[in-house]
Amino acid sequence: MSGFRLDQGGRVDRSRSISFSFDGVTYQGFAGDTLASALLANGVLLFGRSFKYHRPRGLLGAGSEEPNALVSVSRGPGRHTPNLRATAVEVYEGLTAKSQNRWPSLKTDLGAINDRLGMFLPAGFYNKTFMWPRSFWDKLYEPAIRRMAGLGEAPTQEDPDHYGAVYAHCDLLIVGAGPAGIDAALEASGTTKRVILIDEQDEPGGGALDDPALWSWLKESLKDLAAAPNVTVLSRTTAFGYYHDNFIGAVERLTDHQAELCSGPREKLWRIRAGEVILAQGAIERPLVFAGNDVPGVMLASAARTFLQRYGVVVGKSVALMAAHDSGWRDAFAHARAGVNVAAIIDVRATVDAELLADAEALGIAVRLAHSVTDVHGRLGVKGITVSPNGGSAESRIACDALLMAGGWTPSVHLWSHSKGSLAWDDALGAYVPDQPNEKVRCVGACSGKWNFGSGLVIDTLPTPRDQSRIKAFVDFQNDVTAKDIHLAVREGFKSIEHIKRYTTTGMATDQGKTSNLNGLQIASQALGRHVTEVGLTTFRPPYTPQTFGALAGHAQGDLFQPTRKTCIDGWAEEHGAVFELVAQWRRARYFPQGGEDMHAAVNRECRAVRSAVGIFDASTLGKIEVVGPDAAEFLNRMYTNPWKALEPGRCRYGLLLREDGFITDDGVSARLAPDRFHLTTTTGGAARVLNMMEDYLQTEWPELDVWLTSTTEQWAVIALQGPMARKVLEPLVEGIDLSPEMFPHMAIREGTICGVPTRLFRVSFTGELGFEINVPAAYGRALWERLMSAGAALGITPYGTEAMHVLRAEKGFIIVGQDTDGTVTPNDAGLDWAVGKKKPDFVGKRSLARPDIAAAGRKQLVGLLTDDPAVVLEEGAQIVADPAQAIPMTMIGHVTSSYWSEALGRSIALAMVEGGRQRMGEMLYVPMPDRVLRVRVSGMVFYDPEGVRLNV
Amino acid sequence: MLLIHCPYCDEARAEIEFAYAGEAHIARPPDPAALSDEDWTHYLFIRSNPRGRHHERWRHIHGCGRFFNAVRETVSDKFEVTYKAGEPRR
Amino acid sequence: MTRFSAFSLFAKALGGHQSWPEQWPDASPKPAYDAIIVGAGGHGLGASYYLAKKYGITNVAVIEKGWLGGGNTGRNTTIIRSNYLYDESAHLYDHALKLWDGLSQELNYNTMYSKRGVMMLAHNVHDVQSFKRHIHANRLNGVDNEWLTAEQAKEYCPPLSISPNARHPVLGAALQRRGGTARHDTVAWGYARAAAALGVDIIQNCAVTGIRRGADGAVEGVETTRGFIASKRVGVSAAGHSSVIMQMAGLEFPLESYPLQALVSEPVKPVFPCVVMSNSVHAYMSQSDKGELVIGAGTDQYVSYSQRGALHIVEHTLAAICEIFPIFRRMRMLRTWGGIVDVTPDRSPILGKTPVSGLYVNCGWGTGGFKATPGAGDLLAYTMAKDEPHPINAPYNLDRFRTGRLIDEAAAAAVAH
Repeated sequence: MSGFRLDQGGRVDRSRSISFSFDGVTYQGFAGDTLASALLANGVLLFGRSFKYHRPRGLLGAGSEEPNALVSVSRGPGRHTPNLRATAVEVYEGLTAKSQNRWPSLKTDLGAINDRLGMFLPAGFYNKTFMWPRSFWDKLYEPAIRRMAGLGEAPTQEDPDHYGAVYAHCDLLIVGAGPAGIDAALEASGTTKRVILIDEQDEPGGGALDDPALWSWLKESLKDLAAAPNVTVLSRTTAFGYYHDNFIGAVERLTDHQAELCSGPREKLWRIRAGEVILAQGAIERPLVFAGNDVPGVMLASAARTFLQRYGVVVGKSVALMAAHDSGWRDAFAHARAGVNVAAIIDVRATVDAELLADAEALGIAVRLAHSVTDVHGRLGVKGITVSPNGGSAESRIACDALLMAGGWTPSVHLWSHSKGSLAWDDALGAYVPDQPNEKVRCVGACSGKWNFGSGLVIDTLPTPRDQSRIKAFVDFQNDVTAKDIHLAVREGFKSIEHIKRYTTTGMATDQGKTSNLNGLQIASQALGRHVTEVGLTTFRPPYTPQTFGALAGHAQGDLFQPTRKTCIDGWAEEHGAVFELVAQWRRARYFPQGGEDMHAAVNRECRAVRSAVGIFDASTLGKIEVVGPDAAEFLNRMYTNPWKALEPGRCRYGLLLREDGFITDDGVSARLAPDRFHLTTTTGGAARVLNMMEDYLQTEWPELDVWLTSTTEQWAVIALQGPMARKVLEPLVEGIDLSPEMFPHMAIREGTICGVPTRLFRVSFTGELGFEINVPAAYGRALWERLMSAGAALGITPYGTEAMHVLRAEKGFIIVGQDTDGTVTPNDAGLDWAVGKKKPDFVGKRSLARPDIAAAGRKQLVGLLTDDPAVVLEEGAQIVADPAQAIPMTMIGHVTSSYWSEALGRSIALAMVEGGRQRMGEMLYVPMPDRVLRVRVSGMVFYDPEGVRLNV
Repeated sequence: MLLIHCPYCDEARAEIEFAYAGEAHIARPPDPAALSDEDWTHYLFIRSNPRGRHHERWRHIHGCGRFFNAVRETVSDKFEVTYKAGEPRR
Repeated sequence: MTRFSAFSLFAKALGGHQSWPEQWPDASPKPAYDAIIVGAGGHGLGASYYLAKKYGITNVAVIEKGWLGGGNTGRNTTIIRSNYLYDESAHLYDHALKLWDGLSQELNYNTMYSKRGVMMLAHNVHDVQSFKRHIHANRLNGVDNEWLTAEQAKEYCPPLSISPNARHPVLGAALQRRGGTARHDTVAWGYARAAAALGVDIIQNCAVTGIRRGADGAVEGVETTRGFIASKRVGVSAAGHSSVIMQMAGLEFPLESYPLQALVSEPVKPVFPCVVMSNSVHAYMSQSDKGELVIGAGTDQYVSYSQRGALHIVEHTLAAICEIFPIFRRMRMLRTWGGIVDVTPDRSPILGKTPVSGLYVNCGWGTGGFKATPGAGDLLAYTMAKDEPHPINAPYNLDRFRTGRLIDEAAAAAVAH
């Protein structure tokens, strides 16, 4: 034996030495070691500091249940991960780990002052103080508490790694590849079932890894499973949550154990839908609760056995065992047989199985029955223990450098509980075991409560002659919850286990109570004098162990976070320096700056071009729905506020769509192509919503209507050509359509070809100028755009973006649904009564318009606003008052919805919702800004060309 | 993630293919104008919201596109049955 | 009531903390009370406290099906703010905010209200317009809310990514400095302790099974799993279960209950100084005093009482968090949980009288009830004591759904064009 590593044994690869560092010191381990086993082999016992008292802590467990040994691992910029369990970190060449929550060092941590002050910091202490003086909370108390709390340091740089995600489907999912799980997989391997076997550790085997007698069986079994074509075995994969209908979330860790940085994903999320689930998650040993049970070197007996058998590492040179369960005896025997001195076996029970006693005697181990450990000596490591007979006060001291605890076993019913399977209390086991399933799932092996570890005594705290209120006997190690904290909670009236948990924070640490829940429950039960089942059980919630945000986010990062929808003309806009804005999922060109122009200058230029010559605009993002069928007109008549039946083929109409509650939800110009065919347009953001709403009415309210709805948003590219020269640009390119004003008036649609491409040509205007919207199949959009640009070059054709579009439409008083209306505006509010079919008996939303407060006077109405100072452009969203001198809170009577500099008018213009606005024409109102009050006059909404002469040319 | 049987596709598919569409069997009144404000409000807003059997609508929006009805237990979230739109209440 | 202070903590420590009394007694139901509150969450316990404290009605029972504070009070992400658009909302939530300030001292219980600021991110031109509208309206209503540029937002919250190349770039933010968080459980416990000290009975593990009405239709009391309890005044504050209780009184409500999930990371040292919310990307986050990143997700899409949500909701939420805060991608999710939120058609609460005489309701808070806790309690108490709503909660009546006078904050903010 060299140091703490045995000369032989274990599953580590002694031919591959690995060097790594912890807190700046370089150590050697072997391939197959965890950070915990490798440090232990180097004689390191101190791993971390506890959350509250900053007490020195060593290893409690050997697996993912570990509450104490939390470390940070850093491997280059952005690759810093806090709070990893040393027992689950595989060593690799160059691994750099650090301890946490200590300053200045792990051995000398000033935060440990909390431990001295512990008597003043019982559970819930922060509820009772830090209230005076009041102002100190924000500036002093809270920042201090926050600095003391927390564990490791968060990453500070962007994570350069990426993460994957897959869906998987199987007939049988087995969680846990211990003997029970492997047996289940072997049984299914001969069938036609698709089987997935997953296990959280770096190699399958579970408990078999700790038992050399099973290693050859394990090897053969894994070989058989590898050969079975229907079985997939996933190691380093944690099934963390069991969701509805046998849907299980699991994360596979792919690269963290490798010395070289890999190009593949760091972790992969598996979303598995299983026909049947077998849970074989095993059981976790419970600590015992007594003074000093947290001194480094006091650990679970099963964990010590794992270190011994699997890693060939001993936890001490002279170990003692404190047992309440048979299993610990066997762990102690294993140590003795490996040549470790077993200083004593202390068992709280008065009688134990004779065979155990015989074995102990044969191995020469001193045994003390009906005794308990009442103190542990040493601060940074065990130096000895004090033992007393139960009920007596005699104390004797035993020298040892490690103490194993065997408090019995807790079946891992976490996933079972996620699935809402019920639990039954088993008095003999002192634990909850699976009862009735809620999904197609069953538990096998130790997690079902069936095991061959022997039996034990269920006990809340070990007997001690000392004053229980003066000792720290830990229940939740990481959160520093002691037995007396639980007693205090009960004393203060917290009687439900959920209250006790929240008051003391027991079970709320990063191990989620894997080793503490049952002890906490037993202590609460004893303190309350009620049976455990009357105290309640805290709910197990996903995840089983902590899971990386990045893994759960999966591919949905950066450009893949959400698709950016781009039109077929987007590339041209990008090449020509467009500045974009995001609208719903689309990006749209907002303006096209030329030669260093700012937005203001560019928009002014674009507006001038449209008003004086011709502008070209990519309107492809407009939602489009093809409505076809004999009842198409009837359908639209029922959906929209306006009448549609009399609309002649070849004509267009502005349509207004309400929700059933009477508020405007969408609008758009639509065209009738034939008696049974309409080309609808919707707002850019509303397309999907409108189609869904229409499908809903069509399928479920009016299934008798013979109508088909098809989304054509992405099938058509739409190019708006607007301005007095628009016809001149278009005319030479169009075939089969007479563009003359007589034959193709405003609000008409014609079908023909443009540049040889089929088109639906709308004569519509959102600018007040002569205008066309050219629909061509999307694949031709960019080519047509480029042809129009060259065709219009001599006439000064100018691309314009959404910002100029907004100015131009506002000059004409055209509203934008979603900007000038929100979800609380009726047609009357928006001044759109003209678009409501008065004679129609019904349409969606009509009945709601007759509700008392919708029909009432004094509602906010959309009007124009002109600032006193024409140079001042109001801020959109600014509030309007009648009396600027009033005190706060002011009575606000409206707000600015749209506001721009109008190049055409040489002044600012605005639209606003104002209470009773249409009765206030000419009235002076006020817009109080932080620094001044602006005066505005209420006006009509049409600022430019109110007669509409520019349209009809 | 729920597993939902689409009665049109006759397949059980993952919830992310579907859009929930509110309580089922709330028919739009044939003549809304004839309704009192109270009755119209009832149609618009009152929902049974039971702790137990719930009749609800789903749309197989990333599948066949059809709306259909379902009975689901709202405490366990388990589906009892799904059936086509227009079929009688189960 | 033993007064809590550093001194009492010190004194009791010397006695091994053996002499702390129960913070509230576990009461058994008496045959009759002057007022009954159904639901011992923060709202209901707050109402009982204010009934006793402000209106002298001390013969009050708070009846709770499970354990107090076990519903949405203990399951939310503890965000407190009042920067709402409409006057009705701003007045309601600011009333609550003013009560939060000083609540620890009032209750002699540290509720850990922390004014660390709530920052709401604007990601597109529409968000900017919407937030500016809020800021202007808030200013004239006396509610603090200020505009920050993207750079100022980053300065206020260093982990924030303001890369212009992000899928949803940050164009700016609205910051309410008085906004923040509080420790959710302690609010319920603090009210429970203070109410009990004034004589209120807190009766846990007592489910209401019926509401008894007299011949005149008025409330006479509640049937419970522990027998009938008489009272002419019953206030229902039962969150997700409100519609179930109202149905016992023969009332149909415009409510639907949805699962809402939240999650926390493992604790880390202080790294995140405020609360950040993003409606466009759909996530919100703060860091608790314990060090956990506290993250809210959206609701699942269907009605449910299961207190259980789907994984894909968590995936979307964390994708959103990692998008806004890419430095947290290696952080790890420690715990998720679900609550049941009752949502009205306009997503504003119903707080006031009901068509049944003597029956009062406080429900429909959806995902935002925690921030209103002291205000809702105070206003429910007022309404029950006076048998008429306070001017602040008068607009939150049931009749608004008939008349169309909805208070729809989300509609005012969220329509894309």
